[in-house]
Amino acid sequence: MGNKTIKSWFRGFKSDSNDSKTRNLQENSEKSKSKLKKLVLVGNPNVGKSLLFNKLTGSYVTVSNYPGTTVSIDSGKCNISGENYEIIDSPGMYSLSSITEEERISKLILLEDEPDILLHVVDAKNMERMLPLTLQLIEAKLPVVLVLNMMDEAENAGIKIDTSQLEKKLNIPVVSTAATTGQGIAQLNQKIAEYQIKDGLNVKYDEKIESAVQKISDLLQGEYPVSPRSLSLLLLQEDSDVQKLIKEKEGSNYSFIDNLLNETLSQFKQPLNYLIKMKLQKEATRLVSEVSEDIGEIKIGFREKLSRAMINPLTGIPILLAVLYFGLYRFVGGFAAGDMVDFIETEIFGEWALPLVEGFVTSSIPYEALQSLIIGDYGIFTLGITYAIAIILPIVGAFFLVFSILEDSGYLPRLALLLDRLFKKIGLSGRAIIPMVLGVGCGSMATMTTRTLETKRERNIATLLLALAIPCSAQLGVIFAVLATSSSALWLWVIVILFNYIIIGFAASKILPGSNPTFYMELPPLRVPKLSNVLRKTYTRLIWYFKELFPLFIAISVLIWGLELTGILDFIIGALNPVLSAIGLPVETAQTFILGFFRRDYGAAGLFEIQDALTGVQLLVAAVVLTLFVPCVAQFVVMIKERGKKVALAMGAFVLVYAFLVGFLLNLILSTLGVVL
Amino acid sequence: MKMISELAEEALEKIWVFQEDHPEDPLSPEIESFDPEVIKELDDLKFIQKEEGGFKLTSEGLEEAKNVIRRHRLAEKLLHDILGLSGEDMETAACNFEHIMEGGVEESICNLLSHPDKCPHGKPIPPCDCRTHGGHGHGHGRRQCDCTAGVKTIIDKTVLPLNKMAKGQTGEIVYIKSSKRDNLQKILAMGVLPGRKIEIIQTYPSHVFQMEHTQMAVDSDIAGSIYVGSTN
Repeated sequence: MGNKTIKSWFRGFKSDSNDSKTRNLQENSEKSKSKLKKLVLVGNPNVGKSLLFNKLTGSYVTVSNYPGTTVSIDSGKCNISGENYEIIDSPGMYSLSSITEEERISKLILLEDEPDILLHVVDAKNMERMLPLTLQLIEAKLPVVLVLNMMDEAENAGIKIDTSQLEKKLNIPVVSTAATTGQGIAQLNQKIAEYQIKDGLNVKYDEKIESAVQKISDLLQGEYPVSPRSLSLLLLQEDSDVQKLIKEKEGSNYSFIDNLLNETLSQFKQPLNYLIKMKLQKEATRLVSEVSEDIGEIKIGFREKLSRAMINPLTGIPILLAVLYFGLYRFVGGFAAGDMVDFIETEIFGEWALPLVEGFVTSSIPYEALQSLIIGDYGIFTLGITYAIAIILPIVGAFFLVFSILEDSGYLPRLALLLDRLFKKIGLSGRAIIPMVLGVGCGSMATMTTRTLETKRERNIATLLLALAIPCSAQLGVIFAVLATSSSALWLWVIVILFNYIIIGFAASKILPGSNPTFYMELPPLRVPKLSNVLRKTYTRLIWYFKELFPLFIAISVLIWGLELTGILDFIIGALNPVLSAIGLPVETAQTFILGFFRRDYGAAGLFEIQDALTGVQLLVAAVVLTLFVPCVAQFVVMIKERGKKVALAMGAFVLVYAFLVGFLLNLILSTLGVVL
Repeated sequence: MKMISELAEEALEKIWVFQEDHPEDPLSPEIESFDPEVIKELDDLKFIQKEEGGFKLTSEGLEEAKNVIRRHRLAEKLLHDILGLSGEDMETAACNFEHIMEGGVEESICNLLSHPDKCPHGKPIPPCDCRTHGGHGHGHGRRQCDCTAGVKTIIDKTVLPLNKMAKGQTGEIVYIKSSKRDNLQKILAMGVLPGRKIEIIQTYPSHVFQMEHTQMAVDSDIAGSIYVGSTN
């Protein structure tokens, strides 16, 4: 299965130069000439799109219960009635007038990728709210098949839909499915195999809009993958992507269009997207009343009660604490970082793997320098592979497991609304809960998901906080272990980190220009996560993690080996000494910090090894500085990619100085007070 | 009741405002600046009177001017507080609105707004009859009208922004109004549109509501842009 990451889309779409745009279009049109037919899935978040994708391809990619966690655009292949298709799962979108970056990507796929068949997946029980997008897609003359998914849930809720009636009214193929059970997939395959493009139902707007649409359509000369009518309507709704596309294609002709557009817009008192959306909705409501019947009453069962307990602060905060305690502290911190790591590190690596490799290396490689490259203190095997497999794998794996369960259960959106008010204080919205929670797993992955946040300001604040005050799970696991001997040290660590998180967030929200973000979110129903989904999701994330980071582990081992061999390492350690003694730490910790620069968890793990040589206060100070310390190289690379070199470097420099400053102050306060931990 | 044209009503309004702003100055030059037809109408209605020093407002004219200004400012208050209009939008609408506030509409609005003292610009709204009858300016619930009961029945059928609704309240969305274009787009994108029935599930820390088969969570800012006609 070809997995085209979102990054490559961004590279293509984000660039402003005409050159790359055209190249992109050419590439796309070449692709469409290839023999594979293209099937694109679109629809709101939380309608079971990804699950349907998996049913069609037979292979699994992340199914998300939360708007905004589909990190990559997934594509797969499938065979329907002897014909091969390429299937693309687009990020969730509510409407063709996009708001978020993900919606933009989905729209751009539609505008530039020329699908052969478009499956618009909707939640059958919320069909009325989602049909306006179907109408927009029909308007665009895109080859739409409407998929009424989650039909089982709709039937349980007492909703009856006459699918064939709806099919007649819309004049496009309509299928009802339940992707979780596989119901309706065969009919869907049949509709896809038999698909022929037809003119679907056209919505008529009021006269003033219609005449403007007509005039603009007449002016359009370029070739577009969607209908001029649809482009004109989007232009009237002041959609900036469509504006840009038309400007590019029309060249000098654009000024006429622009004049006409401004003239038309000035005639309306209300924004046109409001008027157009209202009309589409009216049509949708009419259709729904003609083809369906809702005889169910909304029952407040156990799920609903639990959901309400989760969102009520009185019960929600204790639930959150319980989730953190059991999910993070006990399971990830205790079981994975403790028992599992112990077992793999001492039993498998210490007792068995390391001696084996050591024996092999010493007997077959005669040069000492080369030997140490593999089994020296910083060797590829000793440092790279051991840490990757013995420490990172169990901890990060356990974290991803917990995260997938939370995600599939629908808990995260509830957490987001519970914490929105607090997040507003640090310039973020409840939506930022995803990168923040994910950051406790892997800061690099989390920094990538900050792109789902709406404003640049929010993305910058979240990136900074992730770099500074969110420890990743590997690091967290080791810090728990290091500070485990003294619970007061652990609590102090939690307080200091939380304090810095709030202070820096608050300061950033005051300093950075712009207004606070708004928060709005659909709450998917609570669901019992399916074990198979959870396991596959965890697996997919772990694979991503290792693909991105394992080579880096090895590279770092080689680099440090090189630095040690040439004596540069000693030099850096020497240079670090004054800084370390200023924050009350012994020389032995220098190596820890240097490792920490490459990977935060390496640093923490290094600390683990020298913990006996340090006092309680020194351990706490070291743990705090390491937590705040610069993000690992991988996270830094993602920061540069996502935020740009300038911003990333500025953040990195700030974090570096700030971490040592906090360490200095903490040591000063603790030693002045004569605290012993 | 005397029939009075909208132009004459507006002229009376101007006279009132002029008097408010310049209590010491004579009214005559202001009145003389009006269109001769309007002056004639006001004269025929005995709202103004020509004396030696020029025109003067009669006591009937004063009463009528007070009513006109009251209707205008109540209209402004209604449009501002309930529908969230402001600036020119509010002004234009209020100018049209004041002329049609007859037959109990004015009292209902006054009741609905809990007898406001000041218009959105901070100028005084002349008190309604029930308040003057009652003897003191701000008294509610005097003999002549049971204001509190009035308020209650009207409030039950009123339009509220979603962030002012209480837990358990139900209603139908009647209006989306946001000064921020972005917010409007977000609300529309979620399918939160006029005609949708909703029920408030929670109001703190976020506003959570059931809309047909979906639950939505929004912050106060967005909730304040969604106006709901509540039915209980």
